[in-house]
Amino acid sequence: MPGLEDLYREIILDHYRNPRNRGELDAPPAHRVEGFNPLCGDEIVVFLDVDDGGRIDEIRIAGQGCSISQSSASMMSSAVKGKTIGEARAVTRAFKSMMSIHESELDGEATDGELPASPSDDVKLGDLEALRGVVKFPVRIKCATLGWNTLTQGLDEVATGA
Amino acid sequence: MSEPAGRATRQHGEITPLDVAAIRKDFPILSQRVGDHRLVYLDSASSSQKPTVVLDAMSDYYETTHANVHRGVYGIAAEATERFEAAREKVARFIGAPSSRGVVFTKNVTEAINLVAYSWGRANLGQGDAILLTELEHHANLVPWLMLAEERGVELRYLPLAEDHTLDLSRLDELIDGVRLVSVSAMSNVLGTLTPVRRLADAAHAAGALCLVDGAQYAPHLRTDVVELGCDFFGFTGHKALGPTGIGVLWARPELLEAMPAFLGGGEMIRDVRLDGWTPNEVPWKFEAGTPPIAEVIGLGAAVDYLEGLGMEAVREHEVSLTGYALRTLTERFGDDLTIHGPPEPAQRGGVLSFAFQDVHPHDVSQVLDQQGVCVRAGHHCAKPLMRRLGVGATARASLYVYNDTDDVDALAEALGDASDFFAF
Repeated sequence: MPGLEDLYREIILDHYRNPRNRGELDAPPAHRVEGFNPLCGDEIVVFLDVDDGGRIDEIRIAGQGCSISQSSASMMSSAVKGKTIGEARAVTRAFKSMMSIHESELDGEATDGELPASPSDDVKLGDLEALRGVVKFPVRIKCATLGWNTLTQGLDEVATGA
Repeated sequence: MSEPAGRATRQHGEITPLDVAAIRKDFPILSQRVGDHRLVYLDSASSSQKPTVVLDAMSDYYETTHANVHRGVYGIAAEATERFEAAREKVARFIGAPSSRGVVFTKNVTEAINLVAYSWGRANLGQGDAILLTELEHHANLVPWLMLAEERGVELRYLPLAEDHTLDLSRLDELIDGVRLVSVSAMSNVLGTLTPVRRLADAAHAAGALCLVDGAQYAPHLRTDVVELGCDFFGFTGHKALGPTGIGVLWARPELLEAMPAFLGGGEMIRDVRLDGWTPNEVPWKFEAGTPPIAEVIGLGAAVDYLEGLGMEAVREHEVSLTGYALRTLTERFGDDLTIHGPPEPAQRGGVLSFAFQDVHPHDVSQVLDQQGVCVRAGHHCAKPLMRRLGVGATARASLYVYNDTDDVDALAEALGDASDFFAF
């Protein structure tokens, strides 16, 4: 049986205790999108401020959930803040690939006519690597990806003007 | 089968009428190891484990007499039908039903309540009618009515939860006025709260309404008598009562079943079919379309036999005692770090302990407990409106049954201690 230390790495607990980019933005002008995990009741709200050039100027995370969903969302916010939508999608793909979820399962890809993102190998995951151990706990993968799915939905909505 | 009934044992000062050590031997799964730990199963409110007698009844049916029921004239088909209908008689006896004609086999309680909502509900309710529910219901006793409300404009009203997590009946007279149905859980799957079913059924009848009781958490744990409860419909599910999954029961007064239109159409539920019409079968078969889950019905029959062998009064006494021990043990050890939802007195509640532990999220609590082989549920327990009412997104929940004892409660307390150390901020 995988041990707790495989799941709860120190950096994960740090993001859980001290979440980055926690809070809300006024929406509008910011874009607000909610994500739910219907199995466990976790809820995440992502606020996105995307500039005219398609760059994520600001991101805030609200909602409540377990250490894995909260820390993953916190790390996600750090990873995509200041990035373009295309870059954020590339990180998302790389993260999901690490979670053993592959491209064909991702919805709403490239609806805004971007070039295909670079292969996952080229994307630096940095702190996010700490979440790799989640794969050993398949039930928790949904916790780790909740924020990312919510971000993807938000980026799709921004791109299509929804 | 062991002979545990009537053999009072004492453990940690708790007197229980059940011989839990003997009972455990009847459940093969409980001898499993989880890493270095024994399996401590505290999630029976979600689904109970199965004794060997249930598994044997099902495999013996498949190995010796499997055939479809109510069809063949040959020997094993007749035997299959006999075992199937014998289980209906056992279930009727188990819930105090005056006649097995009122016992309809369904997939689970969810299907039982949907059956009432689709058949009785759509035949009898429309704009201007109201249904009284409560704030502590499981989604199974909410969503079928929300769907009916959307479709037919039926009004839904809710008895609120009081501060002590019992039902607040102070506005009952006003809320029940003019309703056509009162539909209530006999025991909350989150709080353990036992609801005043008889009082609500009497009030429903006085108001000219019918009363449906969701007995999913009640029938497996307390002696059930649908006549004493005074209800018109009663649902429970096999897998929470030591039986298999995929089999549940809707009991209704037979005259109600006779007046209700059929629900699912197909084989078995008809008396005659012509190219221009059909005539329904007698009750209860009118509501059992298609080949039923025969092995599961037979397994459920064996499960209720096993429970009656223990004695439902003894089962309840055991759980009250063990719930009291759990409330004391956890409260003494963790004090304000632990909030247990639900009524404080074991006599007011079942053996369901939903709790908040420090600031640790229920998923993380459950994950750490799993390392010690301790299985508890974490989540919203299919009761999201109640979660909102409690002001939480989720809880961890330990639930007790006939094979649990004070050692299991102690293992839970130890594992919570580990969680506290691990997540210490």
